[in-house]
Amino acid sequence: MTAHHHPSDDILLSYAAGSLDEPTSILIATHLALCPACREQVSKAESVGGELLNDVKPVAIQDGALDVVLARLDEGERGQINVPAPAAVPHDNDLNLPRPLTDYIDGSTKSLPWRWLGPSVHYAPIASHTKGPKVGLLRIAPGTRVPMHGHSGNELTMVLAGGYTDGTGNYTRGDVEAADDGLVHQPIADAGEECVCLVVTEGVLQPTGLIARLVQPFLRI
Amino acid sequence: MFGVQERIDVPTRPVVVIRDAPGNRRDQSSLAVQKICTSGGYDTAAMTELLVAVAEQKDKAAFSQLFAHYAPRIKSYLMRQGANQALAEELSQEAMLTVWRKADRFDRSKAAAGTWIFAVARNLRIDALRKENRPNFDPNDPAFVPEPETAPDAAVSIGETQSRIRNVIATLPIEQVEVVRLFFYEDKPHGEAAQELGLPLGTVKS
Repeated sequence: MTAHHHPSDDILLSYAAGSLDEPTSILIATHLALCPACREQVSKAESVGGELLNDVKPVAIQDGALDVVLARLDEGERGQINVPAPAAVPHDNDLNLPRPLTDYIDGSTKSLPWRWLGPSVHYAPIASHTKGPKVGLLRIAPGTRVPMHGHSGNELTMVLAGGYTDGTGNYTRGDVEAADDGLVHQPIADAGEECVCLVVTEGVLQPTGLIARLVQPFLRI
Repeated sequence: MFGVQERIDVPTRPVVVIRDAPGNRRDQSSLAVQKICTSGGYDTAAMTELLVAVAEQKDKAAFSQLFAHYAPRIKSYLMRQGANQALAEELSQEAMLTVWRKADRFDRSKAAAGTWIFAVARNLRIDALRKENRPNFDPNDPAFVPEPETAPDAAVSIGETQSRIRNVIATLPIEQVEVVRLFFYEDKPHGEAAQELGLPLGTVKS
């Protein structure tokens, strides 16, 4: 099963260029773990970045820098201890959450500082050390009708478990919904399973679509 | 080894064609770049061979050629991102050391050498200049959803992808390519680069 609702190309491109803030990148990278189609877009954008690197006007490297680096190659090999990449922190990962999200959750989601937001709705912040937008998890009990609400800024929501439906469609695992000032909606959690979402709020970048439009000819190749 | 003239034709490899008309400003700047760059042109396939030689044989001569081409460009990139000359120098050397040490992770079926090296430099910049992590997915994660199987004849090779990108670069209006370049290399958020260049949206070819 793959996602049906994707982040905007603008955000994917910013992620590829390395200009996206860390909190939003957590959501995007977690979506990419679940979405081969968006990975393909990011990979194409990176290929454009790689190709354009050739056209960047070079700045002369210091004389002798190559020799210094060549000498360090061996040094590195001698001194390097073969440390395997750190494995994911052991989790009570009952929601089968993908990396990198699990890297930002210490232990189980159950041990997060959940706050009551409303009837059958709880929120817990994660990655509070990061700069930029706020990021957290939202838990909504099955079948809950969240009160009709607007948005005071941009917001990105991605479903991790269960699902919800609002006027714009049905969202299940991996799906991303972008909300802005203009969206007023009443999400209803799907019956059966608790709906768990990753949300990024306050300071989320406003996709203008311009860069996506500019890069579109490359994404179509 | 890679003379200016040799960048075009590598037998049995995808041909990288630069279709700029004579007198095109971009064409002139590429020529200038080639004069500065000791390794000459930027044959995608040849760069990939060099990186594979580094990965498989720890080939220092191949590494030296990659260094000559990429280190001055990475330094330029980092300076455009706000690093001063000394820091950019240090980090571009660091980036090339990372290229050496992690070359075994390079998968030529997934990316061209330039793409992979761009990603190394980008991640180093986020780490060193922005002091942030770059969250990334992990293909070995149990929750990871793999690519659906593609028919072998439907798959597009990396060489083909890069040569199509080159063709798009060659055919798009020069201002549009410039905005895309600024987007990747000068950390200009959406639209700012276009505004800076006074690029009217109507001229955007999409």
